[in-house]
Amino acid sequence: MRALRVHTVGPGVAVQDLGRTGFLAQGLTRGGAADLRAVAENAALLDQGTDCAVLEMVGVGGVFEATETTRIALSGATMAASIDGRAVAWDASHELPAGARLELGAVRDGTYAYLGVGGGFATPLVMGARATHQSTGLGALVQAGDVLPVGADTGGASGLCLPRDARFSGGTVRIVPSMQTADFALEIRARFEAATFRRDARANRQGVRFDAGGAGFSNPEQLSVVSEVIVPGDIQIAGDGQPFVLLAESQTTGGYPRIGTVLPYDLPRVVQAPAGAELRFVFVTLEEGAEIEARARKEWAGLRKAATPLVRNPLEIQDLLNYRLIDGAISAWDAPLDAGED
Amino acid sequence: MTTFPIIRSVGLSGVLVSFAPAASDPANRAAIAFRGAVDALDLPQIEESSSTLVSAFFRVDLVTYPFATIRDALADVLAERDWLAAPLPAGRTLWTVPAVFGGDRAPQLAEAAEAAGLSAAEAVAELTTTRLRVLTIGFAPGQPYLGTLAPHWDIPRQVGLSPNVPQGALVAAVRQMCLFAKETPTGWRHVGQTAFRCFQPDAENPFPLSPGDEVQFTEITAPELAQLEAHGTDGATRAVLE
Repeated sequence: MRALRVHTVGPGVAVQDLGRTGFLAQGLTRGGAADLRAVAENAALLDQGTDCAVLEMVGVGGVFEATETTRIALSGATMAASIDGRAVAWDASHELPAGARLELGAVRDGTYAYLGVGGGFATPLVMGARATHQSTGLGALVQAGDVLPVGADTGGASGLCLPRDARFSGGTVRIVPSMQTADFALEIRARFEAATFRRDARANRQGVRFDAGGAGFSNPEQLSVVSEVIVPGDIQIAGDGQPFVLLAESQTTGGYPRIGTVLPYDLPRVVQAPAGAELRFVFVTLEEGAEIEARARKEWAGLRKAATPLVRNPLEIQDLLNYRLIDGAISAWDAPLDAGED
Repeated sequence: MTTFPIIRSVGLSGVLVSFAPAASDPANRAAIAFRGAVDALDLPQIEESSSTLVSAFFRVDLVTYPFATIRDALADVLAERDWLAAPLPAGRTLWTVPAVFGGDRAPQLAEAAEAAGLSAAEAVAELTTTRLRVLTIGFAPGQPYLGTLAPHWDIPRQVGLSPNVPQGALVAAVRQMCLFAKETPTGWRHVGQTAFRCFQPDAENPFPLSPGDEVQFTEITAPELAQLEAHGTDGATRAVLE
């Protein structure tokens, strides 16, 4: 069986895909990978569909071994990564030879790291997906000793890389007005846009708390809110007046009012912001949001063509002195070669 | 003042049609009926739908389909009738679910009955003769909020939480009952206990209950419940509502 053996593994590693749709009425949210851009990047690096299941890793990766030579891709938050002790690049795909040890260490920036394999992980489908929905007990965290089945690889390149994205240290996030935005006084919305928030330590796959200190953003005149639907990216103002951005594994409904909703394109920036990172929210209109999102989808769809052949960074080559650097046609210092069109 | 019904966008992910600013039985009926009517139209823009206590939600990609066009399409359906007086959709399920009331398995029956101004026997009589509707499903997958009980059942949540109220528990507050999908800390009072499982991930239909379904509880004894549990069954029966 094509598989990835798990020798050791961090405490927050799980199989994820794009999640399950069609169960909102029954109280089950979509779930799936927290950083969907990282899933798109991973698929681009392996030249396969974004529906291939990946390993999502929070904090620490693990030590893995493939039963057969397998293409792998690394995306999202960076971890120290090596194959048989030799450092390999992040945001890149590699060949993992049968029996070689893939070691993924602690996260160095961002929050969620992703390991993809050619063919995707082939764990059993539950209700149409492989996504682990931890809060409802669908699927389980990966444990040391697990043998994760890998699907048939349709083949394709490895040794591709993508430029590092800028979403891993906070920044500005665009939001659209949502169902309860008008319930917040204009003065509160203005203060909300002007505030600089810090990503709180309270964060998981259901949501991320942000804190600007001070008076908070509760609307004193607001009537009690009847529990209403939640969509990913909704910013609820909890009882303490600070915002909580709800993610794909939240509950389907909630009783705290929503001041706005983060654009899907900007949600990975929220998800990946490490604890303490600074973030701001700015409103765009629904129409502007739709335009931004339409452009973003084109960008995500073009990631495969944006991937270029990997030129190894000499800083990551441990046995650099063994290389005959002045001998070849390729300079280790040059920018990656342009891959052109496929 | 906002006038209801009201159609609002929810992020770029969908459209919400709300029938009241606060929970009410007519608004819940309207939300369920309206959702059913829109679903029957099979609009290509709508990927799935759901309903909450007072609203119907339609998941629509507002990047591909501008909000204004969906809003207008739903406004046309809204204008067709008075949804607060609309009949509920046909084809819903009537569930009959056996439950133990009071005793060790449901220790807060007497307390809840007192808060409602009833004796324990009167409370059980009411809870087993009132046919309840699944108002909405939420908090945990498959978990129904059932209503609407008579006004004297408008009992507040208790101040402190009961730490471990088990799966299958029937709890009461604010004219509603909830049937727990999993063990949960709660401020609602534990008045009954069933063997019903609201979420069965490995079953062909993982979620037995849908919003709009109706539920009738019947009283059984604690030994009878233990017997159901020993057989891994819930003793529930179902019929189609016309």
